[in-house]
Amino acid sequence: MSKFRKNDSKELPPISTASLPDIVFMLLFFFMVSTTMREVTLMVKVTVPEATELSKLEKKSLVSYIYVGTPHQQYQKVFGSEPRIQLNDQFAKVSDIPDYITAEREARDEAEVPFMITSLKVDEYTKMGIVTDIKQELRKAAALHINYSSRKRAEE
Amino acid sequence: MAKKVPEIPGSSLADIAFMLLIFFLVTTTMDVDSGLERRLPPMPPEEQEDDDTPPIKERNVFVVLVNANNQLLVEGEITNIDNLREKAKEFMANPYNEETLPEKQMKEVDFFGPVEVTKGVISLRNDVGTQYGTYIAVQNELVGAINDLREDLAKQKFGKSFTKLDRDQQNAIKDIYPSRISEAEPKKVGGN
Repeated sequence: MSKFRKNDSKELPPISTASLPDIVFMLLFFFMVSTTMREVTLMVKVTVPEATELSKLEKKSLVSYIYVGTPHQQYQKVFGSEPRIQLNDQFAKVSDIPDYITAEREARDEAEVPFMITSLKVDEYTKMGIVTDIKQELRKAAALHINYSSRKRAEE
Repeated sequence: MAKKVPEIPGSSLADIAFMLLIFFLVTTTMDVDSGLERRLPPMPPEEQEDDDTPPIKERNVFVVLVNANNQLLVEGEITNIDNLREKAKEFMANPYNEETLPEKQMKEVDFFGPVEVTKGVISLRNDVGTQYGTYIAVQNELVGAINDLREDLAKQKFGKSFTKLDRDQQNAIKDIYPSRISEAEPKKVGGN
């Protein structure tokens, strides 16, 4: 009996925090691996349309992006308020697309070139004229695998 | 005797790790890029302007036109986008072998044996002034119609969802319901 009483009176030992850094490091590595830094600063306003039949872009390193939308407020004085194309960090013309695709291809390993995808991030209020022009340029550059970036539509 | 080097305190390690952790937490964007995947047709060779491929019969083509006001004309009728998927499914499947819907062709497919495969083609043409959002919605419905048909067939034949089938089974189903969505060559109409 005396043994039990002794245990009761004993204070709870403090939880050891020695393993805390390990836990935090584990979380840290998880976020470091899963993180993707945004490479370009968007200069156009893009709200991609909604769709239901989506497929995911698996390999981020094989994707080249083309942004189309109206320029942000601070660029509107120079570039106007009509939808413009953005490639990398600058505004571009439709005729710049083949050069962009070539540059993107040269940056990749030769074996990976056939699997490259072009992701079109186009604002939903853009007129089709500019999109059709881009598609024609992509066809000329033989970058045929494309992905119309869109959001998942909430199910009713 | 060399003096013993005092041990580096490890208690601040957690703080440093926390700081890094918070930095990565803040900068992380978890959104997976997703979208409608399509393949563009290759550019036709320059010299071959008038090809001699036989013209596709009218009953085999499902014409979808979208005008600058984002209105749809499907097979000559003004249609709401909500009804497009049903119409496209009916066209591609043609369950009762109707005269007006596309012809079928006998074809040997793995797992299924000889099956009737539709000759139907969906043709999509849009105006220069069509809104991109509408265009994607139309594409989405057309792709969705074919995906629905494939899904139904997968359930019926293999008792599993299409995405859960292995590659050969998926290819067999893709042979039966091919994704034939053709976009008309953009035409520069004169007069500008």
